[in-house]
Amino acid sequence: MSAQQDVKHHEEPASFAFDAESEAQIEKILKRYPAGKEASAVIPLLYVVQKQMGRATGSAWVPRVAMDVVATRLHMAPIRVYEVATFYFMFNTKPIGRFHLQVCGTTPCWLRGSDEVLRACKDAGALKGYGDTSEDGIFTLSEVECLGGCVNAPVLAVDDDYYEDLDYESTVKLIEALKRGERPTPGSARGRLCSAPEGGPEVLLDIPLKAPADAAGRKGE
Amino acid sequence: MAKVTIDGAEIEVPNGASVLQACEAAGKEIPRFCYHERLSVAGNCRMCLVEVEKAPKPIASCAYPVADGMKVFTDSAMVRNARRNVMEFLLINHPLDCPICDQGGECDLQDQATAYGGQGGRYREEKRAVKDKYMGPLIKTIMTRCIQCTRCVRFATEVAGVPELGATGRGENMQIGTYVEKALTTELSGNLIDICPVGALTSRPYAFVARPWELRKTDSVDVLDALGAAIRIDTRGPEVVRILPRINEDVNEEWMADRGRFSFDGFRRKRLDRPWVRQDGKLRQASWEEAFAVITERMQGIPGNRVGAVAGDLVDAESAFALRELMVGLGSANLDCRQDGAAIDASRRDYYLFNSGIAGIDEADALLIIGSNPRKEAPVLNARIRKRWAAGALKVAYVGPAGLDLTYHAEHLGEGPAVLSALLDGGNAFAEVLKGARRPMVILGRGAVARPDGSAVLAAAWELARAVGALTPEWHGFNMLHLFGGQVGALDAGFVPGPDGLDLAGMLAGGVDALWLLGADGFDAGLIPEGTFVVYQGHHGDRAAARADVILPGAAYPEKEGTYVNTEGRVQHGRLALYPPREAKEDWRIVRAAGAALGVDLQFNTLDALRERLAAANPAFRLVDGRIAGGCTDTTGPQAGSTSLGQQPFALPITDYWQADVVSRASQVMAECSRIYNDPTPRLAAE
Amino acid sequence: MPLSDKDRIFTNLYGIHSWKLQEAMRRGNWDGTAGIIAKGRDWIIEEMKQSGLRGRGGAGFPTGMKWSFMPKASPDGRPSYLVVNCDESEPGTCKDRDIVRNDPQTLIEGCLIASFAMGAHAAYIYIRGEYYNEAVVLQAAIDEAYEAGLLGKNAAGSGWDFDLYLHRGAGAYICGEETALIESLEGKKGMPRLKPPFPAAVGLYGCPTTVNNVETIAVVPEILRRGATWFASFGRPRNSGTKVFCIQGHVNKPCNIEAEMSIPMRELIERYAGGVRGGWDNLLAVIPGGSSTPLLPKSICDDVLMDFDALRDHKSGLGTAAVIVMDKSTDIIKAISRLADFYKHESCGQCTPCREGMGWQKRLMDRMVEGRAEIEEIDLLEGVTRQIEGHTICALADGGVWPVQGLIRHFRPVMEERIRTYKQKHGGGMPLAAE
Repeated sequence: MSAQQDVKHHEEPASFAFDAESEAQIEKILKRYPAGKEASAVIPLLYVVQKQMGRATGSAWVPRVAMDVVATRLHMAPIRVYEVATFYFMFNTKPIGRFHLQVCGTTPCWLRGSDEVLRACKDAGALKGYGDTSEDGIFTLSEVECLGGCVNAPVLAVDDDYYEDLDYESTVKLIEALKRGERPTPGSARGRLCSAPEGGPEVLLDIPLKAPADAAGRKGE
Repeated sequence: MAKVTIDGAEIEVPNGASVLQACEAAGKEIPRFCYHERLSVAGNCRMCLVEVEKAPKPIASCAYPVADGMKVFTDSAMVRNARRNVMEFLLINHPLDCPICDQGGECDLQDQATAYGGQGGRYREEKRAVKDKYMGPLIKTIMTRCIQCTRCVRFATEVAGVPELGATGRGENMQIGTYVEKALTTELSGNLIDICPVGALTSRPYAFVARPWELRKTDSVDVLDALGAAIRIDTRGPEVVRILPRINEDVNEEWMADRGRFSFDGFRRKRLDRPWVRQDGKLRQASWEEAFAVITERMQGIPGNRVGAVAGDLVDAESAFALRELMVGLGSANLDCRQDGAAIDASRRDYYLFNSGIAGIDEADALLIIGSNPRKEAPVLNARIRKRWAAGALKVAYVGPAGLDLTYHAEHLGEGPAVLSALLDGGNAFAEVLKGARRPMVILGRGAVARPDGSAVLAAAWELARAVGALTPEWHGFNMLHLFGGQVGALDAGFVPGPDGLDLAGMLAGGVDALWLLGADGFDAGLIPEGTFVVYQGHHGDRAAARADVILPGAAYPEKEGTYVNTEGRVQHGRLALYPPREAKEDWRIVRAAGAALGVDLQFNTLDALRERLAAANPAFRLVDGRIAGGCTDTTGPQAGSTSLGQQPFALPITDYWQADVVSRASQVMAECSRIYNDPTPRLAAE
Repeated sequence: MPLSDKDRIFTNLYGIHSWKLQEAMRRGNWDGTAGIIAKGRDWIIEEMKQSGLRGRGGAGFPTGMKWSFMPKASPDGRPSYLVVNCDESEPGTCKDRDIVRNDPQTLIEGCLIASFAMGAHAAYIYIRGEYYNEAVVLQAAIDEAYEAGLLGKNAAGSGWDFDLYLHRGAGAYICGEETALIESLEGKKGMPRLKPPFPAAVGLYGCPTTVNNVETIAVVPEILRRGATWFASFGRPRNSGTKVFCIQGHVNKPCNIEAEMSIPMRELIERYAGGVRGGWDNLLAVIPGGSSTPLLPKSICDDVLMDFDALRDHKSGLGTAAVIVMDKSTDIIKAISRLADFYKHESCGQCTPCREGMGWQKRLMDRMVEGRAEIEEIDLLEGVTRQIEGHTICALADGGVWPVQGLIRHFRPVMEERIRTYKQKHGGGMPLAAE
């Protein structure tokens, strides 16, 4: 029998409180939902927690005490927040490295060489495999399911940024840059413009544009 | 109504009924795991799939509403196939460890696998194993057996009102638990064991004790609180091995509180199982003859009006009545069953009953709770209040200690009797809520009248009920919530001071020379004046028995036939599930033997004869398994006497739910619960 | 005749121009919006029906009809909601991403018109959490629209008050299912709801709700500006319009492209994506509409048309029009096995057949990749997929077994060969998982 993975032992912080930056975000977030429906803000607030942990500790994760804080803020039972935090894969319920390397391994990326991206991550990031955090705490490596960048496969997400059209060499280059503290511009490693074909768009080159004043003047008619 | 054809037979069911309900109405058995009548519909187990004409796929009958003209097939090839398929999926990751599973023999999964499953297994991959979870001292978990039906999650959230259980993770890694290891903070946790359709949640005290077919099952009623839940006592040989609730829609639906369910190891421990007499200041074992000889000797010469008797909280009505007859025969009117000193006016039955009825809660639309925490005093009744509240139909307020967690929202009006005055003179807005309600209820905790100004509190609560329109010929909204199963029966049996008789306080103040305690262990025995001759008759008695000069071993409720009246005045019979241990005897027989020894001719030789005399004295006892219901035709209130409302905040009578009576105080299981639940530090680890 | 730029709705799909409002208006967004709304709710819904637009999120339900299910009035005071599904997570699909990051005003304008047509004064766009940078752009575009008076009170001068909010998901494919999305938006786990009731009766916050895909909503303004007939002139009947295709895998130039419906698959691949790597004859199979749609072997791909009906006739589907091309170098069993992994990973765990069955399917597929199986187990695998299918609350499970069914349907000999090869290498026995 295969036992389900237990969360490895890690240090839970004793307490959690939102900082001023987070509070400002929360104020905006709560305005989006009708009165009495503040539970809708649970995912946004868990993001706020994760970001704040990243700012404060260099590890963007959601400690259990913070889930309790979110529960109190949104008048939810804590278990309902635990359920949400463990259901959605973007919440890290244990500490991670400074950069979260997320290799898309789903078929569209796999067809285009995601195995090479994985190999490059392991080699350049000194990582043993998925789920591993490097000794120096800089990288955590995860396999993620389809990231929705399939025509630019293979894709590697570093935290919130997509790096696309990668191969072994470009991935190594990216990771080396991250180690140096640089943050390369996200997007295609092969210089493609978004989802346009390599070599440049062959359509949408002939779009008539109105004069700026004309366009503005017609608004609201 | 909608006309639906089930397997060719046409029936009519109400609009809005589910297909499953329609199938049941047509007498068709529909297998199910996640569906439970008293919980919200989850529709996730997929076991109840049926075929509906013109639908391309089988539908989940538990969640699908009927439509007029619908044709349903419950035994078609599509349905049989679907059930077999679902069953196979349920079993592939199930450990199939029935031989070592306590659910074996009474397991929905086992039964339905036999009825609807296929032959053998085809799954040859690795099976899933799930780490067991800690849910408290009463529930044993073997989570690999869990089929993720989420009944327990829904019960905890919806019925118990403690949203602490959830399903974390997702897909095949979804796990049921509390996420943080902790005991569920509910007094209803045993019900989780009942609703779990597999062996994932089982009873810790019952672990590896017995197989269901080894057990003798006796229907009875619970007396450890005043609800009078219908129960089944399972015994093997001379032991109670478990207690389960039975369905009684008017009382407990199908739930039961933990103290009543799990205290049964207390029946084996600290028992008074043979007579004792005090000799040279020390208690020694004796024979029944010796015991009665001592009683006869010591009581000879004491005039009747210097003899008194106190009945305890768990007594059966027959024993109380028998002892009353004995006292009357001795010429004594010194009787009291109110060990707590509650200022109950027993002159009219509706002064001390929960008159709306427990099922009446389902109709109530405003509720004021005075000096009571129903969650601790009658957890199942509290769940019923919660159910009504959750339906959005009930507004609740309470007077008592601030910060009560009743599992539903209740406005806190204040801590003491002053609130009652304010409600009466228009100084509190909740009076308007009560007045505006169609079915207003006032619940007065028994603890709220067990205080010096108790009779004033009682009178004020009644007056409030009257003033807000809760006392009408159609509706009786005055309700007293008692604490234990013997309390109302003793009142109904007339175990209160007769003309010129003394109450408990009077007896303790030197009014008597001989005191007969019938299971009366609930007051401070240290207050009994020195030199008073004390007889203690009962099954347990850690405090009062130590003070006794003679101990007569009686029967606990599973060990005798007895009548109990619940807080709403429902007369019910408890049944003998096993015999009293050693030399202990049924209590009415002890009283009768004492009568013979003391030369009082009691007019009954059999239980039937005793019951006939009891019913003759109070006709309410004739209506077994029922209660005299109805509105309030005479709104004259109980007498406040000379007392007036005091300033003292209301205190709650039950301070430790798990150790509230002689049985639970003898129970190791309850001691463990008390230790864990009263531990102020959260318990993070299972061990 | 290939689709010409003048008939393309998404004029900035590649981000050649700026996504900013002023630039978007120069490309024609927000042109006469108030005038469209002035024509009234019934006209809009009728025009949408005439256009033949079918939902672009995968299921292909007629959009105009879906809108018509919304209550005309609200006797009980409940508001109505439009919820836009930008949870784009179906493997292979990345079209909504381009709309949101490069052409966001098409969507925002569409939200206003669609909301008006269904009586909603508020709409939520639910965007998958991984699209962080896309959400930043979309939020900025919404802010711009507010500032320009295109959203809010009397939106775009239409007389209709309308608020639009963006809500990010957090990594769960299942939230693309409309009721799971609603649950998620309400702050719960994304577990699909039992139906009935349908969202049009009881949706977000218990109110009437319509959930539409991003592309569906974003094409609305242009359809109404140019007329239903214009839109219906592309593609075959019942399959009309233009559509953004995502062409990927073993093609020379993967790309997104807005083309006409019913375009032959081969033409689509060769005209826009530089053809199959190594030439058309090097084609092995194509997954035509995102991971849920069963693959088609080359023989079918040769002449199949890219629309709902043609692909359905071949027991596959248009889905989200994500065309995943696999050439002859592909380990086709591995390619489909990875999809089985995906569905196991993304099953919410609610229904027994999906929760348990997806794991079983995946483990069988793992062995099929190695060949560590018995030939008869291919039938077992097929049987398992059949007993999952149609027995669950939502369609995730169906979508999760179709790829495997497609594999068995078209590539059973390859699977058998793999098993035989394994046996030759390892002797006759079948070592099982436990070893």
